[in-house]
Amino acid sequence: MIRYIIKRLLVLIPVLLGVSLLIFGILTLMPADVAAVQLGIAATPESIQEWNEEHGLNDAFFVRYLDYMKGLLSGDPGISWSTNTSIKMEFAQRIPSTVILAAGTIVLVILIGVPVGIISAIKQYSIFDNITSLSAMLLTSVPSFWLGLLLILKFSLDLDIFPATGAGSLSHYVLPWITLSACMVARLIRMTRSTMLEVIRADYVQTARAKGAKQLRIVFVHELRNALLPIITVVGIILGQTLGGAIVTETIFALPGVGTYLLQGINKYDMPVVMISVLFIAAMIGVINLFIDVLYMYVDPRLRSQFVKGYVTR
Amino acid sequence: MKKNIEVMNEQNKPKRRGQFGSICLRYSRNKMAMLGLIIFLIVLFFAIFAGLFADYDAEAIKQNIPDRYQRPNEVHILGTDAYGRDIFARIIYGARLSLIISLSTVMISLVAGCILGALCAYYGGLLDSIIMRITDVFLAVPPTLMAVTVVAALGTSIPNLILALTISMVPPFTRIVRSAVLQIRGADYIEAAIAYGSKDAYIIFSHVLPNAIGPIIVQATVNLASVLLSVTALGFIGLGVPSPQPEWGTMMAENKAQMRYYPYLVVIPGIVIAATVLSINMIGDGLRDALDPKLKN
Repeated sequence: MIRYIIKRLLVLIPVLLGVSLLIFGILTLMPADVAAVQLGIAATPESIQEWNEEHGLNDAFFVRYLDYMKGLLSGDPGISWSTNTSIKMEFAQRIPSTVILAAGTIVLVILIGVPVGIISAIKQYSIFDNITSLSAMLLTSVPSFWLGLLLILKFSLDLDIFPATGAGSLSHYVLPWITLSACMVARLIRMTRSTMLEVIRADYVQTARAKGAKQLRIVFVHELRNALLPIITVVGIILGQTLGGAIVTETIFALPGVGTYLLQGINKYDMPVVMISVLFIAAMIGVINLFIDVLYMYVDPRLRSQFVKGYVTR
Repeated sequence: MKKNIEVMNEQNKPKRRGQFGSICLRYSRNKMAMLGLIIFLIVLFFAIFAGLFADYDAEAIKQNIPDRYQRPNEVHILGTDAYGRDIFARIIYGARLSLIISLSTVMISLVAGCILGALCAYYGGLLDSIIMRITDVFLAVPPTLMAVTVVAALGTSIPNLILALTISMVPPFTRIVRSAVLQIRGADYIEAAIAYGSKDAYIIFSHVLPNAIGPIIVQATVNLASVLLSVTALGFIGLGVPSPQPEWGTMMAENKAQMRYYPYLVVIPGIVIAATVLSINMIGDGLRDALDPKLKN
């Protein structure tokens, strides 16, 4: 088990290094007059030259990349180009908001998506199934930012139940949670439903039924247990998309998270800010995927037996 | 008597259809899929013939302050925005923009993905490992985030937007094509073609890709829907098509400040986006069922 986790960690590290190189490379393509933008109207050819020198822009690409990574690995993401202050503190303050948003969303998605998908599959073609299938189809097509605006329109401006923007209490997160999770819930329902439908037709389920097992036991022990792997896979993909979609959701509700920080950095041509925000999200996704791979082990005895000595498959 | 039986057999014989014909038939029997196709064709019609309904410069771009904030009426069937521009004109020219951007993104990334994926699966070995490790890196960054980063570096313009979305779409396509081709590579007819001495390129393009095309087309449709959503989302956060061009997401961002008093300004573009994406998703589901009847449950 431990060996497997270590092995996966060793795969994650080169991927993250690759991501850092890729993002650094893309951001290097920023227009050459960044210095003029940062210095504003006070810019003179001399001060631009000085600024470039100070921020290492005159160095070769790999020298700059190595310098940056050296700083990052020792825990310092550098200094913001636009405000000239250390990014570390500012960025650390942004993390909780994004984590609350993502964590709440994923809890909501799993708590609604999996049970509804299971019931839909068991009661295939019932009224419940038809309504959920149709609304799931609709929800996957609705742009999340539009849903967010409609929610603000109804629940903040009209009914005044939840605040529209900012973050102070958990009630600020209710609308963002709904916005971000709507599309993901719909996708998880569809996925859960179709995997369950496959499993329901499997021979071992027929056998269990023939042997007189109770309906609940069939659903939880025989069907859900076997449908769990693909469901976990989808949850992993959804988590990644949640973090990607957080930029848009945070913008709608003006949440002080990593996403809005990233956007702020982009608008000010602030490369170190963009860099650390993208890397942070990619790293979170990498860790989540690692966690999900480990979860596979717990769920699927066939996989577990390959890595644990003396473990006998049930 | 015998003759009669023969005649009956002749009548009962199923009509012979080509593979394409039977796919079309299965598709046309699916009501949802046909509805999706009709909605999409309507959007496409307005996008192509936008010029017949409204003048681009006079109605969609030019500011016309005295006419601003008109609620939907006979002259402006969907109303006007804060600058007095006709919403209907902006929506149909927006359809043109949004569809051109998302269709070209999907086309380009499909071609690139097909070439890379087929190369990986067909040759395997070192080439496969190298390309797969690179896609691993790209896939670690969510598509929206990747597109945001590229647009941030290159600046906002339509070609940059297409490039940004293409970069984020190629790796998933490569993966799909690779796994589809891997399943086919071991088939007997490929062995036969190799034994026959066909050239690799010929085998890939005439045997492997046509047989792998089913799941690839379904994936392309699904990706078209998600690219369209990304285009509008990027427009909404100000990194998509720059204003005053009438892209749907950009329109919503322009109008969001006035939505409290003029809700139709954000409601209408949203309905149009949702309907278009929904129609594409419905087409995708229909295609999936039509291409592979086994998958249908």
